Amino acid sequence: MTDMASLMEDRAAAKVISDNLHKPVDWDSPKIARNIKKRYAAERRFKFYGLAAIGVALLALFVLAGSIGSKGYTAFFQTYVQLEITFDQDAIDPDRTGDPAVIGKANFDGLIKQALRERFPQVTGRQEKRDLYSIVSGGASYDLRERVMENPGLIGQTRKVWLISGDDFDMLNKGYISADVEEGNRRLNDEEIAWYDALKSDGAVEKQFHTRFFTNGDSREPELAGIWGAAVGSLYTLMVTLALSFPIGVLAAVYLEEFAPKNRFTQIVEVNINNLAAVPSIVFGLLGLEVYLNVMHLPRSAPVVGGLTLALMTLPTIIIASRAAIKAVPPSIRQAALGLGASPVQTVTHHVLPLAMPGILTGTIIGMAQALGETAPLLMIGMVAFIVDIPGGALDPATVLPVQIYLWADSPERAFVEKTSAAIMVLLAFLVLMNGLAVYLRKKFERKW
Amino acid sequence: MSLSFLLLAVAALCVLSFYFGRQRAIALSGGRYSNLHSLPTHYGMYVALWCGLPALLLLVVWYMFQGSIIEAMIIADLPAEITGDPGKLSLALNSISLIAEGGGQHLTVSPEVVDAGRRLARLHTIANAALIVVMLASASVGIMLSYRKIDPEMRARNNVERISRWIMIACSAIAILSTVGIVFSLLFEALHFFSKISPLEFLFGLEWSPQTAIRADQVASDGAFGAIPLFVGTLLITLIAMAVAVPVGLFSAIYMGEYASSKFRSVAKPALEILAGVPTVVYGFFAALTVAPFLRDNGAIIGLDVSSESALAAGLVMGVMIIPFVSSLSDDVMSQVPQSLRDGSYGLGATKSETIRHVIFPAALPGIVGAVLLAVSRAIGETMIVVMAAGLAANLTVNPLQAVTTVTVQIVTLLVGDQEFNSAKTLSAFALGLVLFLVTLGLNVFALKVVQKYREKYD
Repeated sequence: MTDMASLMEDRAAAKVISDNLHKPVDWDSPKIARNIKKRYAAERRFKFYGLAAIGVALLALFVLAGSIGSKGYTAFFQTYVQLEITFDQDAIDPDRTGDPAVIGKANFDGLIKQALRERFPQVTGRQEKRDLYSIVSGGASYDLRERVMENPGLIGQTRKVWLISGDDFDMLNKGYISADVEEGNRRLNDEEIAWYDALKSDGAVEKQFHTRFFTNGDSREPELAGIWGAAVGSLYTLMVTLALSFPIGVLAAVYLEEFAPKNRFTQIVEVNINNLAAVPSIVFGLLGLEVYLNVMHLPRSAPVVGGLTLALMTLPTIIIASRAAIKAVPPSIRQAALGLGASPVQTVTHHVLPLAMPGILTGTIIGMAQALGETAPLLMIGMVAFIVDIPGGALDPATVLPVQIYLWADSPERAFVEKTSAAIMVLLAFLVLMNGLAVYLRKKFERKW
Repeated sequence: MSLSFLLLAVAALCVLSFYFGRQRAIALSGGRYSNLHSLPTHYGMYVALWCGLPALLLLVVWYMFQGSIIEAMIIADLPAEITGDPGKLSLALNSISLIAEGGGQHLTVSPEVVDAGRRLARLHTIANAALIVVMLASASVGIMLSYRKIDPEMRARNNVERISRWIMIACSAIAILSTVGIVFSLLFEALHFFSKISPLEFLFGLEWSPQTAIRADQVASDGAFGAIPLFVGTLLITLIAMAVAVPVGLFSAIYMGEYASSKFRSVAKPALEILAGVPTVVYGFFAALTVAPFLRDNGAIIGLDVSSESALAAGLVMGVMIIPFVSSLSDDVMSQVPQSLRDGSYGLGATKSETIRHVIFPAALPGIVGAVLLAVSRAIGETMIVVMAAGLAANLTVNPLQAVTTVTVQIVTLLVGDQEFNSAKTLSAFALGLVLFLVTLGLNVFALKVVQKYREKYD
């Protein structure tokens, strides 16, 4: 539009306005009605956008929960295969000593393999046999040994025994491997699927509740991997975090809220706390790596170091929450205590802190929940190691639940996808529990002054 | 004897000394508390503090120096041919600590190293025993000294309160200490790095391939440390995340604050907050295993070549993560706009949406900008989602369908797994960390200033 044209238009508009100023507005004119209609439509549209935004967020939450739940619920069950095992006296205890040490060393793996060969006598080739043996997990022989050690009377008998299956077989039974896919594109060949069908039609394939998932440490074999090791590691880490950040955080909050004079030092502390709350968690990991590992030479991968790092991270959360709780205690309480002759410290420890405690605890639990879900800083201080043993103390190498999830998510085996999702469900369950507790505390002890 | 046992022992000593200190004060009072300057518990607390506090301080100081002193002792005894070469030295130290822990039978190492390993194990035992002795001794000395000082005239309460005041000041100072610790540890290693690679090359170089040769005979690139591709990748993913989080977060805040019935709000608000409580590793898993394959497959259907580690997948999921952050902050800000402004607008006949768009939003704009900046700083520092869902290779591209890498991804990949300290590769992670820290700090300080200023305007 040229300048001239726009000027003409402005003039025309100005004339309309000045004309209208002298006339009363005709509220019933079609123009006004149209205008109002348009404005109401805009109103509805705007409201719809808001609703849609909430819908999008909730949809994302729903899809997230759905995809993890649908991927993970199968991990709580594990496929077992029933085989007829001959507990051969000559293979287990040839000299008939009955000595547990001898029985413990017997080749139970061989018994399982023999049972598989007897079940499918047509299998002869080397590779075929190896495929056949992979039906049963490598961990099954330990189960068998335990069973015989507990009941030595089994030796010399033939029993039908449920054995834990290998991961590919488990995936096939759970329907993650489809027989319709071209043979080259799936983990199991036609022959293995035929074995599965044969066993299935015998009723020798069954899903049982997978207790190992809750009691085992990590493993390279998905069917033997469990979360107990990581859960214990998380527990130790959180204990260290709590033991440090709770007293330090509360004392700092009390000082800043009740005693601190308004001076340079206090100001710097306050600015620092606010900024620390927003520092990316991975930077705390770098701090932990440099200070705790390179300077102080504390043990790598230990929950102590993880706890120390996370304590620094949760400290701002706890301080901020505690300060808010302390601030909410009305001044009249303090004045009453002081008036009765209590010292300032007594006022705080006898009156203010107990009254602020529910709020402080709520903040602490929320901080702990954050620490429980934190991964990145722990990667920096070496808590990513592959650790099979359940840690026995805060100085043993360990990993934590979120890091275990990260490690499993990186594993190539198909079966680890469901393990990862299941571990996520367990982690989320803990978080829901902690946050639920925080909400409960707040509801129960909330006080309107 | 483990550390926890030692701590328990000291705690038990504290309880005992509290009891005896209190008893002594009661005995000295002759049955009338008014003869004492302070309450009997104050005398007990006085003794307990003198028992526990020095012992705990000793423990902290001890652990700060034990590792480096023992290592220095071990290195001093190693032959010069090992200590002369940093690579050999770190290898030898690894084997030594392995042998000290009772492992390392499979290692083929020189007898000096085996000896050093045994010596390390012995030193650890000695150090632990010495720590126990020193801590218990300091606790007992503390008890004895303070116990003998108990006297009806002693100002026990004032003493205890002075000590606890100093404890509280020390606790508040930890906030400063950790900032100082972050700055120094990052700066120290980053300066080390910048002595090898010039800061200009690092900040403005266009190529990033930190794989340097660890051994001389290894085939590897020379190592290029131009961080621009990482910065661009980080910004790209942050931008995508913001494109999701800002409109969705803002509109949900508006709806929650202005339109929703209290019943709807009481359900929807906690549901949104769940999104903030989900650990980032879960989002990462979701991005890598659900969203990325979904985008790739659907992209293939409409003929787009979407990488399976596309920036889009990571950015979208990160955006979802940040929605509650944006929405709760802007809800805060908008609810602080005074009711009088709304009433004025309604009085002139404006509809709700007109009021929001033309009155509330402009009034709240500074606060909203602050909120968005805080969200940006969060997105830049976010680690797990990008580690799991974004790429590793440093592509200099702004195409959201391709794989890019970010600063945090590189820090993680450089520092996880085998690392050789003092190599430019490892040190570069600290330089990246320093950049990350400075940028997020700058954003936060600025955003908090903006929000603060805005608050003052309507307070």
